[in-house]
Amino acid sequence: MTTPHPHAPHASRDEESWARPVDRLTTTATGANTDTVTGRRVAGPVQGFGQMWQKTFAVRVPADDHSPETVVAHWKERFPTFWPKGSTFYAPLAGITPGEVALLEIPPVPGSPVKMSTGVMVIYADRESFTFMTPEGHALAAWITFSAYRDGEDVVAQAQALERTADPLIELTYLFGANRANDRFWEQTLVNLARSLGVADPSVEATKVCVDTRRQWKYAGNVRHSPAVHMAVATVTAPARWIRRRRAAG
Amino acid sequence: MTDTTVDISRTGSTAILRIHGEITGGSEPALMAAYAQADGARSVVLDFASLDYMNSGGIGLLVTLLVRAQRAGQKLLAVGLSDHYRQILSLTRLDEAIAIHDDEPAALAAAAATA
Repeated sequence: MTTPHPHAPHASRDEESWARPVDRLTTTATGANTDTVTGRRVAGPVQGFGQMWQKTFAVRVPADDHSPETVVAHWKERFPTFWPKGSTFYAPLAGITPGEVALLEIPPVPGSPVKMSTGVMVIYADRESFTFMTPEGHALAAWITFSAYRDGEDVVAQAQALERTADPLIELTYLFGANRANDRFWEQTLVNLARSLGVADPSVEATKVCVDTRRQWKYAGNVRHSPAVHMAVATVTAPARWIRRRRAAG
Repeated sequence: MTDTTVDISRTGSTAILRIHGEITGGSEPALMAAYAQADGARSVVLDFASLDYMNSGGIGLLVTLLVRAQRAGQKLLAVGLSDHYRQILSLTRLDEAIAIHDDEPAALAAAAATA
C-alpha cells in the first residue's frame, strides 16, 4: 500500500509550466513532408549513447529596450524564423506551450540537400524560459532550454543544451565535425534572434562542458530508431522490393 | 535569487539530502555542496518532501547530480515526491535512473539491499 508523504500533497506553483507525461507522442504541427515522431517516446540525456555535453550559447541585448519576459515571448512567437537556412521548424497549432510537439526538417550534415525528419516536445514553458526534449529517432537525446535573464544593463538570451548523441553512428559523426556543426547552428540561431531584437552586430558567447566522458553502451541499440539507418535499409532493399512487386504483378 | 537549502544526514552507508524550497539552475552551489558531503556513501537519497518549486533548470541539475553519483559508483534514490514531481520524473524519464520510493524507510531498505 502506498502511504502518501505527510508533506507531499500540496500544489506546486510550477504545475502549469510542465507538460503531462505521455507514453507516445502525437503532434498538431502541419506542413512537414513526413511525421517520424507520432508514436515515439521522448528520450533525454539519460537515454542517450554518447558523451554528455552541456552547451551554452548566450547573446546580449540592451535591457533598456527589452526585459527577460519580452525576449522569451518574442523567441516563442517567432521561433521558426530564427533557425538557420536549410532547417525548418513546424510549430504546433498551440505554439510553444507545455505538452505540444513540433516537427523539424534538418540536414543530417550541414549543406546536405537531404533532410531528416524529426521533432521535439515542449516539456516546460514559463515566462522566462522554455525547454524542448527530443524523441526517439532524433540524432540527439537532449533537453534544450531557452531562457533570458537580466545581467547589469543587458538581458542575456541563452540556449542551453544538455545532450548525448542518440547512437554510435551519430557519435561517430560528432567526432568528425557534426558536434561543431551543431554549435554553429545554435550560434546562428542566437545571432538571428538578437538581430530581430535590434542588435546590429551580435556576439555569441559559447561554453561547452563535457559533463560525462563515458559512453552508455547499453543504449547502443538506439540505432534501430535512426532515420539514417531506416533510409539506408530502404535503399539497399529497394531492388528486392521492386522485383517482388514485378513478380506479383506478372 | 534561488531559495534552496539542503540538509544532509547519514544512515549507515546511505546519505540523505533533504531539499527545501526550490530547485532551479541557480540551486547548483547549494545542491552540489551538500552532495560533496555525501562522499563515500554507497547510496544517496534525495528527499523532495519540502520541495516547493522546480523548473527545467532544476531537472538539468538532477541529471548532473546523477552523472556524478554514477561516476562515484553511488545509487541515487528519491523519496517524498508529490504526484506532480513524480510525473515530472516520469515525463523526463529520469525515473529510469533514479529509483523512486514512497518513504525514507523504503528507500533505506532498498539501498541496504543493493549495498
